[in-house]
Amino acid sequence: MKKSLLKLASVIGASALVLAGCAEAPNTTPGEPTAAVSPTDATSMAPSDSAAPAADFKACMVSDAGGFDDKSFNETAYAGLTRAKEELKVDTGQIESNAESDFAPNVQSMISADCDIVVTVGFALAAATEAAAKQNPDVKFAIVDNGSFPVSEGSTELVPNAKGLIFNTAESSFLGGYLAASMSQTGKVGTFGGAKYPTVTIFMDGFAQGVAHFNEVKGKSVQVIGWDAEKQDGQFVPGNDPFGNIDGGKNTANTLIAQGADIIFPVAGPAGLGGLQAAQASGGKVNAIWVDTDGCISAAEFCPSIVSSVYKGMDIAVFDAIKAAMDGDFTAEPYVGTLENGGTGLSEFHDFDGKVSAETKSELDKLKADIIAGTIKITSKAQPS
Amino acid sequence: MSEELVEEKMMPATPAPVPARAPASRRWVSLVVTLISFVLAFVTGAIVMVVADPEVLGKFAYFFNAPGDALGASWDKISTAYSALLRGSVGSWLAITETTAQAAPLICAGLGVALAFRAGLFNIGAQGQAIWGAIFGAWIGFTIKGLPWFIHIPIALALAMVFGALWGAIAGFLKAKTGAHEVIVTIMLNYIALYMLQFLLTTPMLQQPGRSDPISSVVEFSATMPRLAGTRLTLGFFIALAAAVAVWWLLERTTLGFRIRAVGLNPHAAATAGMSVSRTTIVAMAIAGSLAGLAGAQAVLTPTLLTGFPTQLSLGIVGTVGFDAITVALLGRSRPLGVVLAGLLFGALKAGGLTMAAEAQTPSDLTNLIQALIVLFVAAPAFVLWLVPGLREKRPGADITAKAATA
Repeated sequence: MKKSLLKLASVIGASALVLAGCAEAPNTTPGEPTAAVSPTDATSMAPSDSAAPAADFKACMVSDAGGFDDKSFNETAYAGLTRAKEELKVDTGQIESNAESDFAPNVQSMISADCDIVVTVGFALAAATEAAAKQNPDVKFAIVDNGSFPVSEGSTELVPNAKGLIFNTAESSFLGGYLAASMSQTGKVGTFGGAKYPTVTIFMDGFAQGVAHFNEVKGKSVQVIGWDAEKQDGQFVPGNDPFGNIDGGKNTANTLIAQGADIIFPVAGPAGLGGLQAAQASGGKVNAIWVDTDGCISAAEFCPSIVSSVYKGMDIAVFDAIKAAMDGDFTAEPYVGTLENGGTGLSEFHDFDGKVSAETKSELDKLKADIIAGTIKITSKAQPS
Repeated sequence: MSEELVEEKMMPATPAPVPARAPASRRWVSLVVTLISFVLAFVTGAIVMVVADPEVLGKFAYFFNAPGDALGASWDKISTAYSALLRGSVGSWLAITETTAQAAPLICAGLGVALAFRAGLFNIGAQGQAIWGAIFGAWIGFTIKGLPWFIHIPIALALAMVFGALWGAIAGFLKAKTGAHEVIVTIMLNYIALYMLQFLLTTPMLQQPGRSDPISSVVEFSATMPRLAGTRLTLGFFIALAAAVAVWWLLERTTLGFRIRAVGLNPHAAATAGMSVSRTTIVAMAIAGSLAGLAGAQAVLTPTLLTGFPTQLSLGIVGTVGFDAITVALLGRSRPLGVVLAGLLFGALKAGGLTMAAEAQTPSDLTNLIQALIVLFVAAPAFVLWLVPGLREKRPGADITAKAATA
């Protein structure tokens, strides 16, 4: 038995060396990475090479549940960090959270890892981020989907080293809803969320209102399934980890499809991919509108089923916050992404460019202008004030 | 009776792995096998680390031209990761207390699984039992106000244990009275507990007022486990140690413990000797459930270092404690002291794993991988003995493989 093991090991070892060992050593000049990796491609791999950072500055990120490769929420924010690493040559660090109980230890671990700025992704990390900001005045913090923190309850003064990055995605989802209604053949559109978080329902509110606006203008009666804006209740992915539950997302989407929806608007991070799978399986009858980032880029295999995406420019906001912290002009003033400043909006139509009528396209442009001008009011309670 | 016979066939390898006293030589081999398992697990982990990193692996392509490149990069990678693991688990006083904090719930739930093992029961339901413990521990924690801590905490723990015990007893009852297999029943009860938590988190009973997402209020300060300032060493760790002593005393020094062990070793013999197998089964599952419930309470009452208050009750609150507990009980060979040591080891891996992920940027899955490998090697001693032949040849004649397999 001993011999058999040794034999096995030597055969494997020898063949590995023969097969792999004779390649040419590259002429490496340290510092310059050989190939620039696009942010979305680089996000799936965790180990980060510390390729000779030019600046002595470390930017770090703590994810929300779902992980940095969720093709959506966390991944978009993470793209901002990756861009900072490439363009600003900062050192980076990141850690993924899987549950509520990970948040505080993970934020703590990033402080212990000597980060100069810690970006926390998601309002669920607010308590941990606020405590960390107050205890570590030398470290900068930025939190996605949460406002800046007042120094004390009711105070207007902000904790000086923490910046909120928030997005009024009700505006862009309004456009998404209008687009969905115009594309629907069955007269029914569906949406579902990962969980009933305000940052999720804001999309669903805007979407429902966009559909309602379409009905009002066109005299149609397209129905929204999966979200009742009046009751503030609707369809959510089940399970312990709803945002990570792709099968659950698929089942939820199929429920909506069974009820007649032919445009699906999943607001559920990776679980939303289940919705894209359901749309793809329909063979063109059902299509989807993606969220957070351009789905044709982040989940390119589903592009033929994606009409458009309601993007949320977290990558830009994160990058700007890191850059500001590095350049020394960091402020606690919250960033609010809107249609007006391009912090949120509709992505390109890609494969659907020819299928969306020119009429709809011009109507969407008009709506966008109206929302910016304030002539169309969006009433979601989840909007940042 | 017939049902039990059927079951015996279904699951020939009943748990309760250790007979009362193993001979010294066999225990020695068992210890060596455990230690070698660690080494093998870490070595395999190191290989995975190298293989999983394209940059390091790329250097192996020109191994013969510049072997230093590949070996140096591999060494850097491995040493950075494992030194972070050490630093995060035992490298400082704070790290050691983090280890104890991570270990406390693992020890409690591990004791629950171990105790059931000793009664011949596979308690896969520690997860569900811990969820009930967390629900009621937190509920008492944030609904009752104005109590001093030395009253508030015991009430929260007691209720958590009662509901954990009830959840365990359901499985025990179904097993004892209907013959339903406890593995199936406890797994299903895990789901029921999880979905009950999910449901209750949307009701006013648990949901924090003003929040629309499933999360509870913060527990009162009086229900928060007292801690040594600036560390993670809390009362909870000492409660876990006390629970281990209590389980040891129960198993080794009481008639109930004797019955549990007797039923675990041979239910037919125990029945013939006049013991009630079904009652012992129910009681054993209830005690196991109460210990897992205690683990759940630990999860909702132990303050985090950063915020100073415990994690609010939410969906993933107990993590995977119920499943980790099974590995802890297996590694601890179902003995209280073993469970404490295994719990500390896994606590250290969890604490160090976080540092490894944060500072060495190693995927946190890797610590889970190492845990799984340790258990795999420990559970397959014959494999370890085959890998390390010297161990066999030094002790000729004895059928060590077979004996170690039972140890």
